[in-house]
Amino acid sequence: MFDPNLLFEQFFNGLQLGLLLFLLAAGLTLVFGIMDMMNLAHGSLYMLGAYVAAQITLWTGSFVLGVAVSLPVILLLGVCLEAGLLRPLYARGHLDQVLATFGMILFFNEFVRLVWGPEGIEVPLPDFLKGNIVIFDIPLPNYRLVVIGVGLIVALMMYLLVTRTRTGMLIRAGASNRDMVQALGIDINRVFTLVFGIGAALAALAGALAGPILAVTIGMGENILIQVLVVIVIGGIGSIRGAFVGAMLIGIIDILGRSFLDTFFKLFLPVNAAETAGPAVASMLIYILMAAVLFFKPQGLFPAKTG
Amino acid sequence: MGNRAQILIVGTIFLGLALVPLFAELTQTPFYLDLARRMMILAIGALSLNLIMGYGGLISFGHAAYIGIGAYTVGICAEHELVSGFIQWPLAILVSGVFAIIFGLISLRTRGVYFIMITLALAQMMYFLGVSLDRYGGDDGLPLIERSNFGALVDISNNVTLYFIVLGALVLSLFFCKRLINSRFGMVLQGTRSNETRMKTIGFPTLRYQLTAFVIAGMMAGFAGALLANHTDFINPDMMHWTRSGDLIIMVLLGGMGSLAGPVVGALAFILLEELLSGVTEYWQLIFGPFLILVVLFARGGLLGFFADKEQRDG
Repeated sequence: MFDPNLLFEQFFNGLQLGLLLFLLAAGLTLVFGIMDMMNLAHGSLYMLGAYVAAQITLWTGSFVLGVAVSLPVILLLGVCLEAGLLRPLYARGHLDQVLATFGMILFFNEFVRLVWGPEGIEVPLPDFLKGNIVIFDIPLPNYRLVVIGVGLIVALMMYLLVTRTRTGMLIRAGASNRDMVQALGIDINRVFTLVFGIGAALAALAGALAGPILAVTIGMGENILIQVLVVIVIGGIGSIRGAFVGAMLIGIIDILGRSFLDTFFKLFLPVNAAETAGPAVASMLIYILMAAVLFFKPQGLFPAKTG
Repeated sequence: MGNRAQILIVGTIFLGLALVPLFAELTQTPFYLDLARRMMILAIGALSLNLIMGYGGLISFGHAAYIGIGAYTVGICAEHELVSGFIQWPLAILVSGVFAIIFGLISLRTRGVYFIMITLALAQMMYFLGVSLDRYGGDDGLPLIERSNFGALVDISNNVTLYFIVLGALVLSLFFCKRLINSRFGMVLQGTRSNETRMKTIGFPTLRYQLTAFVIAGMMAGFAGALLANHTDFINPDMMHWTRSGDLIIMVLLGGMGSLAGPVVGALAFILLEELLSGVTEYWQLIFGPFLILVVLFARGGLLGFFADKEQRDG
């Protein structure tokens, strides 16, 4: 009934989901943190990134090229969006920001439906990433290993960028006290455009990488956006470290919950009840975790704001 | 905006709404009856959201959850052959109230962006809960076997009767909101919106007031949900999807946040706009999305506010 190999395999899948979430959360948490800006359209960038990569892959047959094109395209789009639409909203309340970015989601979803149709796109795996590597008798798909590898590399680079460079210092300073940074003569808007661009590119990367595993569909951005919001809330707004820890927690707990909760419930519940309660509680698990974290730490695990 | 102008607009709307069944009957277009009824139910939902968002300054991005909870309460009761409306409707209000207490206690510990995200996440949790409830239709939803039964009092299985019940409910809700906002409670709530620290310093337990408002709004939305289940004869998780919560926010903002009748005007405008645009093109959100952005950027204060400014400008 309980299989340690399956546990390891699912833990591995959780790790991969966690890193995907981190790619999205890393950029978004900085946007929230530095500009106190509520941006819901981050999921749209993820979706567009996935579509562009998928389309290029289908045209050229090269998945790598798809990813390579998708990144700069979405980065450019992100920078244009930031400069053209979002900048006038910084001075506004959160409600205006929510509404305007909600309008952007509606627009982009419909745009994708118009261009690519309501059906999703299937992205074939590149040949050199097919197959498995067997570790301790457990087959691990190559592609998922690549996703994990890329995610870890990005995490490391983000960590170095934020903690070891001058730009990173400004980002951290902006997240903890924006007014003070401005008072010291730094053009925080330029820092923000940069952060937004990086965030957009990371979202596109996440979308492009998710393509072959998850379906490339219209609603894909919103579904993952909510999970990303949970990650950010748990980690603490504006904190890269928090985003990483939160993403890992959410990814692993979500996958393990979906795989093992009904088995766990069967230990003390009748089979019927366990099979009903298992999936129901599993789908709520990350939100329950969020509520629990907030109950003890309303600012998240690693709050960046100093007041 | 002048009080008199607002009364005039609202009076006209209600007069028009009261005439819709007649119009639908004469022209044999039951579609309009259905449309207007849905609009009024959503208006009740938007009114309740306006209580906390417009007057309390609490931007809840998960308000559709309570509509869903109310609808599911009715649906689940009906599934277990408990069809009396005298039990279903109060129960729907009660259950959404209980959920609002729990969610309010969690989310009101935070402010600003956190509050928006947490209400959104909690509502999405309810959505996924609905999806995973296989016993009650899961993803596909659950048809209502029978509308709420009020015995000999009134028979809402008749579409026109249900229409007038909904209309009455909307009038009552509007009246209730007016009384609540102008009461001492409403004043404290609005004072907290404009300056929480000040209110605390004066000695008001602001959290308690906000939580109470949050729960009242949740219960009202739950009531709207009970009506919605009867209106569509169907419940499904999509009622709680986060875009539904977004729709409610749009209605409140379109009409004019923090004005009493704003949400009613907003719901009307939203539904009409949706119908109009989807008649023009299948890809109507391609227009609606940018329209929203324009409203945010240029029409602050919503439609009521927009026209009020115009009035002032025109002298």
